[in-house]
Amino acid sequence: MNMKVSGPVIKFGNNIDTDVILPGKYLILVDPYDLAKHALEGLDPAFPAKAKDGVIIVGGKNFGCGSSREQAPLALKYSGVKCVIAESFARIFFRNAINIGLPVIECKGISEAVSDGDQLTVNFETGKIENATNGKTFQVPKLPSFIQTILSDGGLIENLQRRINKK
Amino acid sequence: MENREDKNMNITEKILAKASGKKSVSPGEIVDANVDVVMVHDLTGPLAVESFKKIGTEKVWDNKKVVVILDHQVPAESVKAAELHKTMRQFAKDQKLRIYDVGRGGICHQVMPEQGHVVPGTVIVGADSHTCTYGAFGAFATGIGSTEAAAVMATGKIWLKVPEAIKIDVNGKFGKYVTAKDLVLNIIGKLGVDGAIYKSAEFTGQTMREMSIAGRMTICNMAVEMGAKNGIIEPDATTKEFLQNRVKKKPDFASLKSDKDAVYAQTLEFNVSKLEPQVACPSSVDKVKPVSEVDMPIDQAFIGSCTNGRLEDLRLAAQVIKGKKVKDGVRALVIPASVEVYKQALAEGLIETFTEAGAVVCGSACGPCLGGHIGLLAAGETCVSTSNRNFIGRMGSTQASVFLASPATVAASAVTGKITDPRKLEAKAK
Repeated sequence: MNMKVSGPVIKFGNNIDTDVILPGKYLILVDPYDLAKHALEGLDPAFPAKAKDGVIIVGGKNFGCGSSREQAPLALKYSGVKCVIAESFARIFFRNAINIGLPVIECKGISEAVSDGDQLTVNFETGKIENATNGKTFQVPKLPSFIQTILSDGGLIENLQRRINKK
Repeated sequence: MENREDKNMNITEKILAKASGKKSVSPGEIVDANVDVVMVHDLTGPLAVESFKKIGTEKVWDNKKVVVILDHQVPAESVKAAELHKTMRQFAKDQKLRIYDVGRGGICHQVMPEQGHVVPGTVIVGADSHTCTYGAFGAFATGIGSTEAAAVMATGKIWLKVPEAIKIDVNGKFGKYVTAKDLVLNIIGKLGVDGAIYKSAEFTGQTMREMSIAGRMTICNMAVEMGAKNGIIEPDATTKEFLQNRVKKKPDFASLKSDKDAVYAQTLEFNVSKLEPQVACPSSVDKVKPVSEVDMPIDQAFIGSCTNGRLEDLRLAAQVIKGKKVKDGVRALVIPASVEVYKQALAEGLIETFTEAGAVVCGSACGPCLGGHIGLLAAGETCVSTSNRNFIGRMGSTQASVFLASPATVAASAVTGKITDPRKLEAKAK
């Protein structure tokens, strides 16, 4: 996985739940690109069109709360979301995102420091977030190294494949 | 654990220490825990199976510890759902797993304890966020995603960050038609939907000790709606009685208690004696008001789900609705949480009571709770529901509204056609 990503911001508020990220009626879909067509449909049916060239989501508190559906981060990843930064995450969403190789970063104060459309660059290795539009920067604590390894391997399955094959 | 040199721990810390082979653990510590049971259902299982196959291990780590339950899109409402079910049946067959198929089990969180898969003191993970329900039995139980479930199936282990704990101490006696659901809605209303984020929510106090297993399950079920990693209640004689004849291994109840000096990040106190029925308004579970402040006509009333589809819930709803009719223009759905609950409800005449009132009783499934199938809502419609989430689009149209309440409140509302205090309905009838 690329350890540095850039892109324009699409901003959301607090408590964005996985039902609005991917409504329950689409859980019978299997292909991640089919899931992506409905990403964030509960809040903005135009989201997949906006995200397709690559975006960074900035959320408020408790991003991804509710259902454990892994189809929610999958839908985001395959719609073009490169990274989600939020004030805090619901823990299942956080783990799911890492496990499928969608980078997630907890960053206090990020909501107030960015606006829709701002150009962000995130460096996962250094934990630095730069807002090229207004010049603000954030330094977040690095993820524990085993989590970084899962992300750099591309997800938990790839990580397990590598670990098991090594044995 | 009586040794004074030992660290004081709460029940969640004790379970996680034991599961990771440590003498003690502290909040923030990351442990590699041995998993006792992993559960997947028909909407999270197929993705787990796909991931499992990619890992490249042939067999699950222990076929006695992996449980498959078909409950969300059952009976299959579409060819796509039928294909998912087929995938799960085949996987269960190939791996020799316990599978609860259509008509044999019911909603996963009801089936797991009923069928003896939940043992106090164990670590249970499930590919469903309401896996936290099993904390009602003094187990550490939490929701995970499909890929993580696949990893657990392959390795039998999971990394967990030991959570800080919030102690929620509840005292007082419930008034008539005020229930565990009203209490948990009240707690979430005060704490907020992220009030216990990343934390363990431990429920203590006289009210919890006197509460039935069904009520405890309702409370722990909704721990995730306050953001908690797990909800937990110390097991006691009530737990023992429920588990008798269900669980083979006798758990060590004595060690499953929080130490007197266990550390909590926060302690909250609640008293239920004066609590009135509560309603969570759209579209967040913490938008909670007393029923007296909610004036809302409804199109649908739903009694069921892993939160409130148990026998005790159906008895309460039947008591409210008996001899009355569901209001014209309103449809009422009743879905028993499991086949066992369905059979008991049938034997007690509850199914007849609901049917006579004009409610439709469906086979055990998740139903409209997650908007998968059975009883979805059209744009502009309103449902009052005993389930656990009222998010935008949760039960169908993104333009529909969902209010959450107890089985008594939902039953009373079905009769009047608007959200109604069950105590007032009874007073009127007299």
